[in-house]
Amino acid sequence: MSAASSAFLEHRRGPLTGLSDLFWRRPKLLVFLLLVPPLLWLGVIYVGSLVALLMQSFYAIDEFSGMVDYDVLTLKTYGELFRPANLDIIIRTVLMAMAVTLASAVIAFPIAYMAARYVRGRWKAMFYLAVMLPLWSSYLVKIYAWKLILAKEGILNWIFAQLHLTGALEAYLGLPVVGGGSLSISYTGTFLVFVYVWMPYMILPTQAALERVPVNLTDASSDLGGTPWQTFRHVIFPLALPGIIAGSIFTFSLTLGDYIIPQIVGSSRLFIGQAVYAHQGTAGNIPLAAAFSVVPIVIMGLYLWMAQRKGAFDAL
Amino acid sequence: MTTAVSLKAITRRFGEVLALDAIDLDIAEGEFFAMLGPSGSGKTTCLRVIAGFEQPSSGELSIFGQRAEGVPPYKRNVNTVFQDYALFPHLNVIDNVAYSLMLRKVPVAERYSQAEAVLDMVKLAGYGMRRPGQLSGGQRQRVALARALVNQPKVLLLDEPLGALDLKLREQMQEELKSLQKRLGITFIFVTHDQGEAMSMADRIAVFNLGKIMQVGTPEEIYLKPASRFVADFVGSSNVLPPDFVARTTGKASWASLRPEAITVTAGAGQPDLTGTVVARNYLGATTRITVDLGGQRLHAVLPSGAGVPLEGSVVTVDFDPSALHRMDDTP
Repeated sequence: MSAASSAFLEHRRGPLTGLSDLFWRRPKLLVFLLLVPPLLWLGVIYVGSLVALLMQSFYAIDEFSGMVDYDVLTLKTYGELFRPANLDIIIRTVLMAMAVTLASAVIAFPIAYMAARYVRGRWKAMFYLAVMLPLWSSYLVKIYAWKLILAKEGILNWIFAQLHLTGALEAYLGLPVVGGGSLSISYTGTFLVFVYVWMPYMILPTQAALERVPVNLTDASSDLGGTPWQTFRHVIFPLALPGIIAGSIFTFSLTLGDYIIPQIVGSSRLFIGQAVYAHQGTAGNIPLAAAFSVVPIVIMGLYLWMAQRKGAFDAL
Repeated sequence: MTTAVSLKAITRRFGEVLALDAIDLDIAEGEFFAMLGPSGSGKTTCLRVIAGFEQPSSGELSIFGQRAEGVPPYKRNVNTVFQDYALFPHLNVIDNVAYSLMLRKVPVAERYSQAEAVLDMVKLAGYGMRRPGQLSGGQRQRVALARALVNQPKVLLLDEPLGALDLKLREQMQEELKSLQKRLGITFIFVTHDQGEAMSMADRIAVFNLGKIMQVGTPEEIYLKPASRFVADFVGSSNVLPPDFVARTTGKASWASLRPEAITVTAGAGQPDLTGTVVARNYLGATTRITVDLGGQRLHAVLPSGAGVPLEGSVVTVDFDPSALHRMDDTP
């Protein structure tokens, strides 16, 4: 035995090692230090600004001067939300968000299922690339691109013409509500662009949920007499539901709050985001803008509460 | 006797790999049949072909006389107990068991009373409201069994059903499975890599290796009269003796197997070919297993434990009755 050898490792010394030792002895200290920055961010900057925004909705506004009176707190602004014109905006936005969410879920599911079950290795990387690729380019550029695609002189009309289906398209555009002068100025156009832009946010959580469903559960269901449809309905869908709900939270809330897509592609009727934009900008009605922005928060709260009651998170 | 499952020249390819190589097998109704083999030997693929999860690349599969190639699993009156149980995590125990009844649209009250009866049979009465995640491994195994039996299948397939259980529980479940099978009279086909399990439970065993069946027979036949070196080695840890050794000790050259308990050992040197050194000594309780090195050829012997067992390093002479030697042909 040499004199230098000891029970402890000689090279584990120095000031930083001392810090490691301290954290090793007091693991909670490390957790505390790691949590301070995010908690400050969430608490002060995020929640703080949200509260400041909500406060705005309770201030009164002088109808003649248009000045905000910070001394008077009132619920009158919320009453204004229920005026027919404003209620229309809310209902229109919610219906659009629901349609977009439903369509995204239906389209995303087979893609996510393929990716989770059948795609391996290099092809899986390709899948992620294909899903994420649209997110790499600017959101504005994509929307303008869609405006061109959907325009009367656009490629979609051209394709319909080549297929001698222009009549069908015209008939569709003649329908009330979903129709319009051309696809790019109809609700259908707005809907298509919303579905396109939010699709990755639906595919990825659904795929992650399906990835965690063991293949042998499908075998077991089939073994017990389940046709493929029954297996989907009773095993795969319930187990994928938390992922679909997670995706729908994205598509639903992003649609509720967006003000650019309906501005560029769609009829001139307002959505919630546009109303907020208009009221805080040109109209200078900050309290009503704030009240409008509370609407998506309340709707999302209700949505999550219902999803939780329906057992959407039981399989988590 | 009716043939429950019949395989004729069943072959299953996965790309270049031959998972099943022209398997011929007949399993009788009411039989407790074991498919034994090391991992990758094709036994599980064979089970999956019978269940319908895999389609044979060629060959004929009949279940109770009816051709079953191309018939999906949900149309076969065959149920499976999966290796890791494959219980539905979002359903509680009773709904797991009643799953197949639910699919067949059996009325709710009848569905639950049947499921409860099967749970009672596997000694899990009163566990219906729990989630699979709240059960122990042994309990989950019973739920999987109940779920597969509630349908009263013609054939029950078990894929390494006891693999994940600890020894004590495994032995208990072996007995229970055996008595359950006797009581129900259902054909059980179970896959295992544990030769002890296959021996103690099965009426007949098929030994698989490299996609082929090496031997089919009763546990006794397989143990006492292995058809090949592989079977002798895999089942029952017999001594596999090469032709030159057999020629020197018995006069006639051929491969042979010799069970360790058929060997006797006396202290001191004797006939040179049968004299060697004890190189290992493993105490097993009632018996002790020793390894004797006879000039390069190692022999295992199992002796009753006690003062008579030679110590490690001591020189001994081994002896055995030539009739205990089971000669084998050249099949590896």
